[in-house]
Amino acid sequence: MPRAQHDYDDIPGTFVFDAERSREGYGINMFCMSLMKEENRKAFKANEAEYLKKFKLTPEQSDAILKRDYNRMLELGGNIYFTAKLGATDGHSFQHLAALMTGSSQQDYAAMMLSGGRSVEGNRSKSGKDKSAKSKSKSKSKSKSSAKRK
Amino acid sequence: MPAIGAALDNGKTQEPYWKRVFSGFEKSKEWMAKTKPDVAVVVYNDHASAFSVDIIPTFALGCAAEFPPADEGWGPRPVPVLKGDPGLAAHIAQSVILDEFDLTVVNKMEVDHGLTVPMNLLFGTPKQWPCRVIPLAVNVVMYPPPTGHRCYMLGKAIRKAVESYREDLKVVIFGTGGLSHQISGPRAGLINSKWDKSFLDNLSKDPKKLTRIPHIDYMREAGAEGIEMVMWLIMRGALDDKVDEVYRFYTVPASNTAVGHIILENRRKAAGRSKRIPAARTKQAAARKAAHRIASKG
Repeated sequence: MPRAQHDYDDIPGTFVFDAERSREGYGINMFCMSLMKEENRKAFKANEAEYLKKFKLTPEQSDAILKRDYNRMLELGGNIYFTAKLGATDGHSFQHLAALMTGSSQQDYAAMMLSGGRSVEGNRSKSGKDKSAKSKSKSKSKSKSSAKRK
Repeated sequence: MPAIGAALDNGKTQEPYWKRVFSGFEKSKEWMAKTKPDVAVVVYNDHASAFSVDIIPTFALGCAAEFPPADEGWGPRPVPVLKGDPGLAAHIAQSVILDEFDLTVVNKMEVDHGLTVPMNLLFGTPKQWPCRVIPLAVNVVMYPPPTGHRCYMLGKAIRKAVESYREDLKVVIFGTGGLSHQISGPRAGLINSKWDKSFLDNLSKDPKKLTRIPHIDYMREAGAEGIEMVMWLIMRGALDDKVDEVYRFYTVPASNTAVGHIILENRRKAAGRSKRIPAARTKQAAARKAAHRIASKG
């Protein structure tokens, strides 16, 4: 069944963790939660595919986990606070994950944050319909998939 | 956010990057030391520590006698166990449920950095916490969180409960959570300082305006995770309509987010007025901290 449509689907570069994703992604998130225990982290690292069999995951979900495709995990119902535990298990900082999700190098990402973060300008809407509440902005073309840098 | 916790726990607070963040809380610690609350009600979000995706309560009030720090994957943070106030917590639960807020009572819970980091920022790193704590965990992980208006009204109900309690206590309330930030997906790294400033301005002057902000605006303008700003409105609802802004601090970035902090106090009542409410019970509130999140210790 296709996902229900929502107003927030129009926000670019964003997968909102709603009740539907929460249900779909239950397996992903419980898997991530299990990584809070050292013995589970070891078992997972020893044989990732085998360990994943303990959880109710679709083939797409397992694939996204094995490939560390963090955006895909979010799309399939993972939540960032949970998937971050997988990143920690791999020994990565959160900034590493953030850079990965945004498709930039960690250095570039860190530099963007230091210079004030990603601007909301040009990053509000996929359709370009929704301006800032009091926005005066001219309708410049919005980036389609990835969010623009400042 | 964990990065702030990690900086505290690993003695990095004097490094230039973190000093900029921590120095903003010096005044706040002084204010807290002078205020000497008996109890702090801390509104915060749990990050998959006390609650997983098995059970997702919208409002969960910690009524236990103590709350140990949670192991978030790197061992529990080295902070003292938090002492609760089961009497006041039970009274608040009873009072607000009868006021039609269907909150969840939690008699056993561990608390994560969402609660312990704000405690450090306002109380430092003492051997024992100087006051009792009542945690109020709000779901801002799964959409939809409660509306800003609902949060504001819950704040009012909590205020009413505190004022009708049998003991005369000095209570502060923390609203915590991020200002603008997004830490998930291709749009991660979003910061909207203009939005944050306007939110803080209205928090002092026109909170009712903030209660009308729909969720889509938070997510679009302040980032997918920026929606947790609704938690600040619980704190604001617990205060008088008119407040004095005692202190404000804002900086970008701390790891992946902005950090903001504001202290509001109820205006002092004119002498002789309102004799039935002792001054000490008049709630003062620390609003608190901002922006957030993750950034592991790794």
